[in-house]
This record gives sequence, C-alpha cells and structure tokens, in this order.
Amino acid sequence: MTTAHTLNALDLTVGYGDRTVVEGLDLQVPMGGISVIVGANACGKSTLLRAMSRLLAPRGGQVVLDGRAVHQTPAKELARTLGLLPQSPTAPEGITVADLVGRGRHPHQGLFSRWTPADDQAVADALTATETAALADRPVDELSGGQRQRVWIAMALAQQTDILLLDEPTTFLDVSHQLEVLDLLTDLNRSRGTTIVIVLHDLNLAARYADHLIALTDGRVHALGTPAEVLTEDTIRAVFGLDSRVVVDPTSNKPLMLPLGRHHTTTER
Amino acid sequence: MTALQAPPRLGITAGEIAQGRRRRTARRRLVVGVLAALIVAAFIVSLCVGQTTYSPREVLGVILGQDIDGASFTVGRLRLPRATLAVIAGLCFGIGGVTFQTMLRNPLASPDIIGISAGASAAAAFAIITLGLGATQVSIFAIIAGLGIALLVYGLSFKGGVVGTRLILIGIGIAAMLDSLTAYVLSKAAQWDLQEASRWLTGSLNGARWSEVVPVAIALAVLAPVLLTQSRNLSTSQLGDDAAAALGVRVERTRIIVIIAAVGLIAFATAAAGPIAFVAFLSGPIAARIVGPGASLLIPSALVGSLLVVTADFLGQYAFNVRYPVGVITGVLGAPYLVYLIVRTNRSGGSL
Repeated sequence: MTTAHTLNALDLTVGYGDRTVVEGLDLQVPMGGISVIVGANACGKSTLLRAMSRLLAPRGGQVVLDGRAVHQTPAKELARTLGLLPQSPTAPEGITVADLVGRGRHPHQGLFSRWTPADDQAVADALTATETAALADRPVDELSGGQRQRVWIAMALAQQTDILLLDEPTTFLDVSHQLEVLDLLTDLNRSRGTTIVIVLHDLNLAARYADHLIALTDGRVHALGTPAEVLTEDTIRAVFGLDSRVVVDPTSNKPLMLPLGRHHTTTER
Repeated sequence: MTALQAPPRLGITAGEIAQGRRRRTARRRLVVGVLAALIVAAFIVSLCVGQTTYSPREVLGVILGQDIDGASFTVGRLRLPRATLAVIAGLCFGIGGVTFQTMLRNPLASPDIIGISAGASAAAAFAIITLGLGATQVSIFAIIAGLGIALLVYGLSFKGGVVGTRLILIGIGIAAMLDSLTAYVLSKAAQWDLQEASRWLTGSLNGARWSEVVPVAIALAVLAPVLLTQSRNLSTSQLGDDAAAALGVRVERTRIIVIIAAVGLIAFATAAAGPIAFVAFLSGPIAARIVGPGASLLIPSALVGSLLVVTADFLGQYAFNVRYPVGVITGVLGAPYLVYLIVRTNRSGGSL
C-alpha cells in the first residue's frame, strides 16, 4: 500500500536563524524499506527530518510528497500520510498509555468529531504491535525508558501513516532496548509495509537494520545505497573524519565498522 | 537475533480501548455535572441568604420581574448582579488560567502569576480612577494592557524558544512592578475608599452592577467557544511543539488564537471584578485532580473557578464579623496551595 508514495527533497535549503544547516540537498527517499540516515553531529540529520515533515519551512527548494510540496499541504492531511516521532516528546503528567497512544489519532479527528470505532481499533492495533497492551492503563511516568519508547512508537503507529520518520529513537536506551526498538520497527516495516526513515548514531546498528543507508555531510547527501555500498572506510573518513576498518559482521553478513583511535590499535593502518 | 518468528503477543481489542475511554469520559461528565449543580446551588443560596433571608420563591419572583417589597431591591439590584458576576468572572478566570497552564505546560504559568491579571488590573484602575472612563472603555483598556503584558513577557523570555521557567520568573517580576503601579494609582486618588482599592489589588465584587456584568458576559459568550474549538489542539500541544506539529497541529496558530482568547477573558473579568486572587491559578490544578489525567480541563476548570468565586464571595460577606472582599478569601486559600505546588513541582518536575 505504501509503494504508491514518493517523497523527495529537491535542492532543499533549511536553517535556523542566520545559520544554514541543510544546503541544496537532493534526496529521493527509498519507499517500502527502512532507510537510516547517519552523519556527524550537526550535519543536518534532524533538520532534514523536520523539514520533510513540515516542521521547518525551507529557505530554498522544497520537499515533495506524492507530487505536492509538503508546505502547501494542509497540516492534518500531511499527518495522515507522513508521521514523525521527534527526539524528545513530552508526556503530560499522569497520562495513561492508552490515552497517550490515542493522541496519535489527532490528524484523523475533526474539530468536534466523536471518537470512532476506527480510532479505538487503531489504538488497539498500535498497542498490540508494540507489545504495550498490558501497560494500557498504566501512567506513562511510571514506565521504564524502553517501555516508554515503545509507547511513543505506538502513538506514531496509531497515526496510521504509510511513511514514518523517527529522530534517534534509541537515544538513552541500553543496547538490548536499542535492539528491541529496531526489531520492532523492522517488524512493522515487514508486516505493514510502512516506509521507515530513522536517524541513528550507531553506525553498526544502522548498517545492520537499514535496507538503505543515507550518509550526510555538511547538509548534503554524501552517499546513498545498501549498507555494503555506503559503509566503507572511505565514506567513514569523508563523513566522520575517522579512520576505521570495515569487516563483515559474522552474525548478520552486514558491514561492521571498527573505529581506529590513536591508542589500543594493534593492526597496521 | 533468534527472533525470526515473532513471539506470541499479548493483544488488546478495540472494545477494551473503547471501554477504558468511556470510563474516563463518564468520570469527566460526572465531575462536570456535579460542579454545575454545585454552582447552581451556591448561586441560589447567595441570592436567598444574607442580612435578610428571602425564600427561593420570592427570589424567583424578583427574577421574573415581580415587584416584591424589599426583595426587589436587595435581590434584584444587589445580590443578583453580584452573584451573576461571580459566576461569570469565575468561569473566565478558570478557563483562561488553565489555558495558559496547559499551553505552557506549567501550573505556575497562570495569568495571575505571570502578570497578565496584574496588567489588566493596573490598566483598569488607571482608566477608572485617573481617567474616569466608563465600563466599556475600561474593558478595552484592560484587554489591551493584558495582551501587551502577555506579549512583553513572552518576548522577554524568548530566546530560541520559550522556556517555561524563564517566562514565569520574568512574569513574576513584571507582575510585581504592575502591582506597585496599581498601588501608586490608588494612592494618587485619595478620595477612593478602601473598597475600591481592595478591588484593584485583590479583586472584589462589592457594588457589582449590571453595566459591569454585561461586557464580561459577552466576552465569555464569544471567547469561550473559541477556546473550546482549540481544546483538542491544546491537548495535543502538550506533547511538545514538534510532536504536535507532526500530528497536524498548527502550533503557532493555535498559540496565537489561544493567547488572545484567554487574555481577553482574563482582562474582561479583571476589568469588572479586579484580579480575584489565585482563581485562575487554582482552578486548573484542582480540576486536574478531580477529573484525572488525560481529559481536557477547559470546562471542568471553568466550573471550578466559578464555584470558587461564588463560594468565596459568599463566605467573605457572611462567614466573618467583617465583610472581606472575595480576593482576600481566595488569596488565603491560594497562597498555601502555591507553596505546596512549588514544593511538589520541585520534587517531580510535574506539569499540571
């Protein structure tokens, strides 16, 4: 169902104040799979996601969803096709899980329209898919970090968009919960066909979970392709200014990056 | 990575979701119903009971326009406008206060803490006492001052986005300045009595007249529905600006509409009754505790505000040997609650 969409950035320039973060960026987001955006700090990863979801107005160029500029698309209409989970959303004090997930239905509801069975079904599905059904009546404040992140993903799922953007959904999680979140997103992509775009810091997790890897430098796309194509020693040097070795991960057959610092390196560079 | 096959899942059905939602809605409806009933009861009591007590039948007669000896003046001219203003001003303060608290995600960010009521009050006192203007002009004066102060506080605390704490601290500073301005205006007009002074410093319903009630009633009828249309956007905005925008809320537009409507309500109510202390600040948190989390607080909070003002005014008039203005009573109730809230917010970093 999702293959029908196209999401492209055309000569996109975005910034804050007098600082330009993304400049002249062209990107055709691959549909149907999981794309992971990587890049050094302040290279424009989050800015790109925010511009693609209409949160930031472009200074130049545009983002086009299904042939229509997102900044000319009414906010609610866009939010029915394209969802974004930002880096640190806040849960209102005392709100229960089911209630919070229900907020994801906002773009499907009118000014005074009543809650419909379709809304309830979407919330139930989202809770079930994220395995948070047992938490439905618990206050979000009481959950652990990993549970809370799953609840936020459930809220984004209740929005029922064909495209879902996530800004560093694994920050502040320990490694097992990071895997849990990425596994969950993979399940959603495989079972629902949702196109997923994630900003991630961890290159090795990115390489493992991405169908398409997008490397950004200085607000432009440096490389886009399969992890094997993108995660090379040359790209890593160009994008992060870091010397590294890339080997094949025996557990996944994906590339695995081993950073080389100034100390503790036994092999020749 | 052995989980090629998804583990068995604990599911939930749409029916269960709907049930939980209905349970919460039912509680909210019950609260709204009980509060409304209590307001009606308090309203009737404050019409009937006083130095002279009239029966509900006599009071109803006066309302229907019958000429009843004594009652027509006491109830019709004194108690009825006063109690009506209490109900309406309370609704305005309650809904305006909780709007700010929700929008800024902080219970301390209510208009009576961050200087908006103080601005409207100072402007109204200046307009009446120094300039000698009539009710309509006073309301306009108050609303312009309220909006101006809101913009000023917002602008001064803006630094790459507005942080709640900074806005509150700046607002408290501005409120203190405005309070001294009010005191100055009052001191310059020596012929004004203590009653008038207490009205502009803490809020009072003494000498309420229909000419003062009407502008507030119109403001409520126009602006409260505007706020109610934004209720869902406002709840969604609590998730943070980015999350709300991603859900299709036009965050800036919502904020502007809501600020104008809420400041309007506060300013009109203040122009008529003074900045009745702490009502805007107390109503939201009280409503939140009765209704429970997750529901929209606009209507419950409006009702709590109304009930607070009607009850406090009645107590202020008759519960003690001296007649206290309503703001003194609400202030006595509110100040300890403010301390409690700051202590609790310190511990949990909570929002409402």
